[in-house]
Amino acid sequence: MTLGAFFFGACSVICVVGALVTILAQNPIRGAMGLLTTIAGIAGLFLALEAQFLAAIQLIVYAGAVVVLFVFVIMLLGPTAGAGRIGEEARARYAPWFSSVLFLGVMGFAMALVGGANTTLTSFAPSELGYGSIEAFGKLLYSEGLVPFELTTALLTVAVVGAIAVVRSAPGKKPVRRLKSATRRMFGGPVEPRDAARSGLLPAQVNDKESTL
Amino acid sequence: MTPVMTPLGSALEHYVLLATVLFALGGAGFLLRRNILVQLMSIELMLNATNLLLVAYNRSHSSSLHGQMFAFFIIAVAAAEVAVGLAIVLSFYRLKSTISSDAADSLRH
Repeated sequence: MTLGAFFFGACSVICVVGALVTILAQNPIRGAMGLLTTIAGIAGLFLALEAQFLAAIQLIVYAGAVVVLFVFVIMLLGPTAGAGRIGEEARARYAPWFSSVLFLGVMGFAMALVGGANTTLTSFAPSELGYGSIEAFGKLLYSEGLVPFELTTALLTVAVVGAIAVVRSAPGKKPVRRLKSATRRMFGGPVEPRDAARSGLLPAQVNDKESTL
Repeated sequence: MTPVMTPLGSALEHYVLLATVLFALGGAGFLLRRNILVQLMSIELMLNATNLLLVAYNRSHSSSLHGQMFAFFIIAVAAAEVAVGLAIVLSFYRLKSTISSDAADSLRH
């Protein structure tokens, strides 16, 4: 068993175990840790595939930003983050396993079909000089991939603005209050006397009413 | 058909198999769980499996780096998706006081 084979085996076992922990853990914090394990394993596989830059990006973006964001939200939600236990409904118990086994079966059948035609696995040829280096990657990214790159920048900006907008608008609170004050302004004067001091709308009118009474 | 022993991890098929398993696990988690946070994590799993597949196929055709560039864009889009998705989860929690996706049935009635 060569070192590369051992590395691949270790990384794939780490990935699959992490994925299982992610989808089966009742506590979402454990799920996030499983996701982190899977991401680290995939970064290792990226290294084995000579994608050093992507391995670094994977660790920085996923482990450094995405998982931390998940953990922040889980801690913000508190105990309610553990809602939705596995297999609450009968239809949710078998259908997912059935569909994923079906997917695996179809993929395995397709691979067996292709493998049966080839009879050998497609081994990786030695890569060309400079493959996967930051220089080559940056040259490609800033020449052919320039337009998608700039669009990605716009997408990230819009996503951040949108996330802030979605979180800041409290549902069911502000619009109702604005509607109330609008109707009050429209129909003139507070509905109840105790609102006179609070709203500050037409205090003279209220005083006139009280004086006439 | 004589089985040719290739060392683990030196052939494309090993990576395809691993990515398939990871994608199936992510899909199962998305359908199995009712916790929106875990469902988002399952989406991340599926995106990671796709990235692994792209990088592996790019390694197999190593005259260009387009597969790695595509994986780079997928990582960026996944980060944006998580930011917006978690904001929606927080907003949903304020509305319903739960994060079970079964509670998101306002359009059904």
